[in-house]
Amino acid sequence: MHKILRRIVRAGIVTEPARSPDPALRMLSQRLDARILEHLGRALAVRHVDAGSCNGCELEIHALGNPYYNLEGLGIKFVASPRHADLLLVTGPVSRNMEQALRQTYQAMPEPKLVVAVGDCGCTGGIFGESYASRGRVSNVLPVDVAVPGCPPEPAAILQAILTAVTSDRRSSPASP
Amino acid sequence: MSLLERRCVDAAGWIPALLSVKQDGGRLGALWGSDEPFAVHALLVLHERLLCLDLALDEPSFPDASTVFPAAARMQRAIRDLLGFRAGDDERGWLRHGAWRGDAFPLRRQVPAGTALPSGDARYAFVPVEGEGVHEIPVGPVHAGIIEPGHFRFSVVGERVLRLEQRLGYVHKGIEKRFESMSLSEAARLAGRISGDSTVAFAWAYAMALESAAGVQPSRRALWLRALLLERERIANHLGDLGYLGNDGGLAFGLAQFSRLKEDLLRLNAQLFGHRYLMDRVAPGGVTIDVDSAASELLLLEARRLEEEVLALRAIYYDHPGLQDRCINCGRLEPRLAAELGVVGLAARASGIALDARVFPGLAPYDELGPGLCANRNGDVAARIVVRFEEIFESLRLQKRILAAIPEGETKVPVGEPRAGAFGVGWIEGWRGEILVALETGAAGRVHRCHAHDPSWQNWPALEHAVLGNIVPDFPLINKSFNLSYSGVDL
Repeated sequence: MHKILRRIVRAGIVTEPARSPDPALRMLSQRLDARILEHLGRALAVRHVDAGSCNGCELEIHALGNPYYNLEGLGIKFVASPRHADLLLVTGPVSRNMEQALRQTYQAMPEPKLVVAVGDCGCTGGIFGESYASRGRVSNVLPVDVAVPGCPPEPAAILQAILTAVTSDRRSSPASP
Repeated sequence: MSLLERRCVDAAGWIPALLSVKQDGGRLGALWGSDEPFAVHALLVLHERLLCLDLALDEPSFPDASTVFPAAARMQRAIRDLLGFRAGDDERGWLRHGAWRGDAFPLRRQVPAGTALPSGDARYAFVPVEGEGVHEIPVGPVHAGIIEPGHFRFSVVGERVLRLEQRLGYVHKGIEKRFESMSLSEAARLAGRISGDSTVAFAWAYAMALESAAGVQPSRRALWLRALLLERERIANHLGDLGYLGNDGGLAFGLAQFSRLKEDLLRLNAQLFGHRYLMDRVAPGGVTIDVDSAASELLLLEARRLEEEVLALRAIYYDHPGLQDRCINCGRLEPRLAAELGVVGLAARASGIALDARVFPGLAPYDELGPGLCANRNGDVAARIVVRFEEIFESLRLQKRILAAIPEGETKVPVGEPRAGAFGVGWIEGWRGEILVALETGAAGRVHRCHAHDPSWQNWPALEHAVLGNIVPDFPLINKSFNLSYSGVDL
């Protein structure tokens, strides 16, 4: 046990400030706090679906949980069921074999719900495009609130996209449900 | 690759040829089909050479290779789905779910690329297990965590697993058809996106295939730099897996520590090479990066720190009674079964099989680097953890050796345009296992046919065996200890 504690102390806290030096992100981060308090009770639940990715984007989504990005420290949490989710994070071009599972996952989410498409494939279909096996970009199948390009996008960019989604116009209108 | 021999056989000679390879201690590397003319091809790995067997088909069927090499079964089902060549008695679709009908074969050349086909029947008959108290647990394709999609059908009594049947193919996105609409240089980028976690290995295997088809040899410096990138990919993935294995075994501390170390390594990759996962850094003809003395200093500094930290974490993992209790004897794949199933890569080495393409004689630059082979005989989750730890230290040693003695020279040579019909094979030991790429060039610098093979083809069926008799809650740990690719086999 003492060895574990010593390692923890030695590593220290490496978490970087939630507000990135990028001014755009800092603004979003502040607005996010207000929105999360207002609509989501300081907790955003995210459900991830790989709809056909090469698994590169999954590596970066995993990285969001490491001590540098410390996603849960921001009140953002990945959940096991779409029933618990506020936001759907979708990677890959949508393969035709995953189309039904993706739609069903979206349908299982309670309203209000948001969709973020991750990576070049999620944004445009990427290098795989549209074919007998691929429907291409996520917005060909689901309404997408925010799309973040990159192959794969870095964790900070994915985080920025999630933050952008929860402050999007659709959600910030007082008349929205 | 000069180590490659190519031989044509007829249908009557197919099974005897495979049997003789098996008797010589060889195994099946990859199996794929092609159109115009109808043919199937088996790439076989023998002790000191690769053998490509070509079987021209008069009719769309061929003798069942899974009677010799069980790993062929799923590859044959994929061939039937894509090209309509029948082999074996399992009629169920593998890559074909409902996206196209059973009488359409998207990889045939007259089927246009880029258009949808009429959809078919998506139903699938899992093998039922019957008996008192037996019930089924269906899992997926969307899983609870952040992982790729696939379906697992468990038949259990109480908590104990009687049978696991996998159904994959969910992320089939038509990669092989896509290759055929690309130029040889564009295709390098696609090869690096077959399985993102193995991008260096796939990109290298593709480049090797193209270079051997074109008769071009990259400089020694380029090959050494490729090895540097490949070992860094291995270290990054092993660090990530060790973190998740600790976490799945109840030691969240391990995930926090290893994911921090992995992030450090990815950031240095981005700083020195311009990409966290090193995508597109290996290119046909060489590499698009270089190291200078300042970069070398940073890499060596990182290596010293990493070695110290991983040693300390290894001691904690090995001394942790809770973690060891979860891992020892869990998900055991016996050496004899692993050999029979044709398991490759890390999983094979953890089941006592001495397989590693890097120690194959004559494969540059590893013939000069002298990599050590890390293995363990226990075949359980603990063994797969041990092999990962040992391979991190070995890769750090190789990295040090590369940086100390890297030859001077160009980093990239022109590949030119090989003649139509040239054939080349690439064979690289990625972090998960051996990756094979077979490439046939078309006219005007286009791809005619490209088949890329991930080691997960051989290892997924082994997971069905490794989980037998274990309890359902241990499945995530066992699964993670193999950490197989979905995208790499769904293509």
